[in-house]
Amino acid sequence: MITRYRSVIVATLCRILAPFLQFYALYVIMHGHSSPGGGFQGGVILGASFIMLIIALGTEETRQRMSVKANDLLSSTGVFIYGGIGLACLLLGANYLDYSILPFPGASPVKARYLGMLGIEIGVGISVVAVMLSIFSDLLGSEDPSEEEDDGVHSQQI
Amino acid sequence: MEYIVSKYNYWIYILLMMIGFYAMMGKKNLIKKLIGMNIFQTAVILYFISTAVKKGATVPIIMDHGYHGAINVAQYVNPLPHVLMLTAIVVMVSTTGVSLAVVRMIYRRYRTLEEDEILEMRK
Amino acid sequence: MKIFALLMSILMGSLLIYSTDDMPEWGDPRSPASTHVSPRYIEKTMEETDVPNMVTSVLADYRGYDTLGETSVIFSAGMACILMLRRKRK
Repeated sequence: MITRYRSVIVATLCRILAPFLQFYALYVIMHGHSSPGGGFQGGVILGASFIMLIIALGTEETRQRMSVKANDLLSSTGVFIYGGIGLACLLLGANYLDYSILPFPGASPVKARYLGMLGIEIGVGISVVAVMLSIFSDLLGSEDPSEEEDDGVHSQQI
Repeated sequence: MEYIVSKYNYWIYILLMMIGFYAMMGKKNLIKKLIGMNIFQTAVILYFISTAVKKGATVPIIMDHGYHGAINVAQYVNPLPHVLMLTAIVVMVSTTGVSLAVVRMIYRRYRTLEEDEILEMRK
Repeated sequence: MKIFALLMSILMGSLLIYSTDDMPEWGDPRSPASTHVSPRYIEKTMEETDVPNMVTSVLADYRGYDTLGETSVIFSAGMACILMLRRKRK
């Protein structure tokens, strides 16, 4: 349980900076095909933007932006997208994870492999975001007073 | 001298590995042992990446003239160790996260993080 | 314990340095790591997948199974942290 950062300058600047971080993370995921990057790298940057919001604004305000239930759902959605694309390739007649058979409108088999790769990178990125935020906030401790062993300290400030 | 220049990358990363190994065995605090494990894993990852280098080669992204013509293999760095080490980095993060959760549970039970005090309490 | 740990790490470090005698030189383009399947990935990545970044095409297309396993590794690490640390005390 973390409270809001005591300095006004730090809290305001982190709130201003967070959308630019998320935009850059989206750029890194989407341009993974032509420049260094990809699913894991962009997912870690996006997770780092949420961790910065927890440190600057405190746990309650960040939980209004990304609730616990949404976090848990997102982490399994990422793996589901990855396995789902592979299963779709299997149901259409080719091997598992053989993207050239996917029926994207107006794409040659080579272009279908390009688009299939983009789909699984998005799935990987979603899963990495959710797990980064989940591990960090679990290590901090939960907000429910009945779950915590009494250390004597209930709310701290980084 | 020639011998040192051809092998010095292995020696540097072996030195880093041994620093992490000593921290895992020789320190008594549990968090310091975890930091040693992290140093060890980072040294192994860097060791593998250093085997992928070719003299005078560039990053493994096809440059413009390779889009339609022939691709010179000796011009690009070997991409396979980079790919395998991406997996290794993710495994490193996962084991660090889970081991920090285990350390938190140990603290909840024993109220201390020193190895000898925990072994005393368990006798 | 510290002397023992220091001696063990020096011994292991010297054994590892002795084993680097057989390893390929730094920057050798004919090392075994660069000559078996990696030239095929470098040459065929544009005509088979149309993706210039070789690392992404190997990670997501040629070795896609390994990336599936790795995604499940990070998912199960998140699950392990949830199971251990979100417990209600009765």
